[in-house]
Amino acid sequence: MSTQMAGTHSNSQMIKIRTTIVTIIMILLAIISLLPIYILVVNATRTSVDISGHGISLIPGLNLFNNIGTLMDWSATNKIQYDAFIGYRNSGIIAFSTTILTVLFSGMTAYGLVVYDFKLKNIAYTIILAVMMIPVQVTSVGFYQFMSRLGLTDSYIPLIIPAIAAPAVVFFMRQYMKSSFPLEIVEAARIDGCGEYRTFFTIGIPMMKPAFAVQAIFAFVANWNNYYTPSMILISREKSQLTLPMMVNTIISNDKLNDFGANYSAIMLSIIPVVIVYFIFSKFIVEGVALGGVKE
Amino acid sequence: MVSSSSRKIRSISYAKYGYLFILPFFIVYAFFQVYPLFNTFYLSTQKSTTDTGSVVLETVGLDNFKAILFGQGKTTDDAGNVIYKETRQATAIKNDFFRVMGNTLILWFGNFIPQIIISLLLAAWFTDAYLKVKGKGFFKIVMYMPNIITAASVAALFVMLFSDSQFGAINSMLLKAGHDTVPFVSGKTQSRVLIMIIQTWMWFGNTTIMLMSGIMGINPSLFEAANIDGATPRQQFFQITIPLLKPIMLYTMVTSMIGGLQMFDIPYLYNVGTTQNKFTETIAVFIYNHFHNIKPNYGYSASASVVLFIITAILGSICFAVNRDKDTTPKAKRGSKALKNKLGGL
Repeated sequence: MSTQMAGTHSNSQMIKIRTTIVTIIMILLAIISLLPIYILVVNATRTSVDISGHGISLIPGLNLFNNIGTLMDWSATNKIQYDAFIGYRNSGIIAFSTTILTVLFSGMTAYGLVVYDFKLKNIAYTIILAVMMIPVQVTSVGFYQFMSRLGLTDSYIPLIIPAIAAPAVVFFMRQYMKSSFPLEIVEAARIDGCGEYRTFFTIGIPMMKPAFAVQAIFAFVANWNNYYTPSMILISREKSQLTLPMMVNTIISNDKLNDFGANYSAIMLSIIPVVIVYFIFSKFIVEGVALGGVKE
Repeated sequence: MVSSSSRKIRSISYAKYGYLFILPFFIVYAFFQVYPLFNTFYLSTQKSTTDTGSVVLETVGLDNFKAILFGQGKTTDDAGNVIYKETRQATAIKNDFFRVMGNTLILWFGNFIPQIIISLLLAAWFTDAYLKVKGKGFFKIVMYMPNIITAASVAALFVMLFSDSQFGAINSMLLKAGHDTVPFVSGKTQSRVLIMIIQTWMWFGNTTIMLMSGIMGINPSLFEAANIDGATPRQQFFQITIPLLKPIMLYTMVTSMIGGLQMFDIPYLYNVGTTQNKFTETIAVFIYNHFHNIKPNYGYSASASVVLFIITAILGSICFAVNRDKDTTPKAKRGSKALKNKLGGL
């Protein structure tokens, strides 16, 4: 392809110029993408006086540990509803369990829809497609009123168990299985006397590993970041129960906290886990998005 | 003959496993999604009053819809007959509802337009075989990053940076430069523009990647032929890429609209303290604030949810139709093969 283009000198010159311009724009956009996060990290290391006196700076300060210390003091004296360790624990419990449930049961549902023939199969699949788009806000009034009638507010059950039914994940996994799962292997397992559940766990899951991995990462990040549902269900706002996003919110909605460095460090601590997960798995995530892995 | 009869037996005897495998999904779905959906429909016909801490429901038919859509409240006329006319309370809630719908539209529009322009350009550049941009993979990873950062933390960060007070990071710099402080968080235009910027910042990477996979579905020989015929990159972009991208652009627009209707975290959290900014209150925030209250008003929340549901259903069926269309073309088959190849390598 490029040999045809390289034929004329002016053409290759043009490509060089265009490449340079595009590269510059991309660098600018990359800087814009990173800048707010960089400023956050820098501010987390500065003193409150420095921040309110000089505004934004690109040079880190030396006050990070003092800021985190201030946060811990506030937390110990119950001045704030923020405790990074409790937040990590709570968000971790919710994100891990929802991820496992989502991936396992979506895999099971997709497997059921692909491997078996049964009367209601197409209807079941159509229902899953149709409900995929219903926004959570539409059902949330009914959901909240139902949960409070059952006495399940302030409980993690409404935050974790619904993860079993994730239509978009089922859709993705079914697509994946359709394109890459040889049904003969199930029949071979049957001939060898392998039970249906064992076939799923020992053959089905290992063969769907790539799809499981992509969806697990998305489910983890989405659940870690979820503010809406926990804030709806955990109505008592007990510190021991709060998730990290909720804790961050208590920091900014409290106007009596005037140590800016400590506030920034609280926000920074809340995003460290997702940033780490992202940079470990970024290749999977970007490819997953390209394949329609997330529906927003 | 043997094989066909055994196939028949097999399909009969294994069908029950199909049901068993999909059963947990449907049980949980029915309990936590379908029932709450119907409960929402039911609540939209109810009026809730709070009596010594417990909520009492009263059936009022379509009164809630009359209130939020037309500002009509139930009263009695001089003769004692029940009539519907504009009452102060009903008009107030109608004005609220239309205000939040307007806010939602403005905020969605204001982040979708810049987003689609930036994303289209980026997607075209990322997929352009003649541009020798180094580190495309790195750029994609960095540009997608804002999308995975906790929205609650992003809102908190921007509230801290753009705080209205003289101590806010930006405002303290403005003061130093001799300007007055600007109400970035509570001002009408300022807060809206800031939310549009935050949303664009968070979503342009995602849209770029979605559009890229659309562009890569376009037959590359079209671009080659255009090149040989001497078409400029601009001509190729407007006459090949854009027309052939139409279905995926429509899909992106509709999904983004459905997402926009749900916009909650940033508008709800980008505020001074706990006071909700009236200019950036979205429909999702309206619904939430009416039911998540010591004295919940389930009726208004639920009827607004039903309106939202109807709008989403219309948009969703457009999306569905577009997708269906795509499924029947051979392109989709190629797509699923590409899916296999790509994921197979992971």
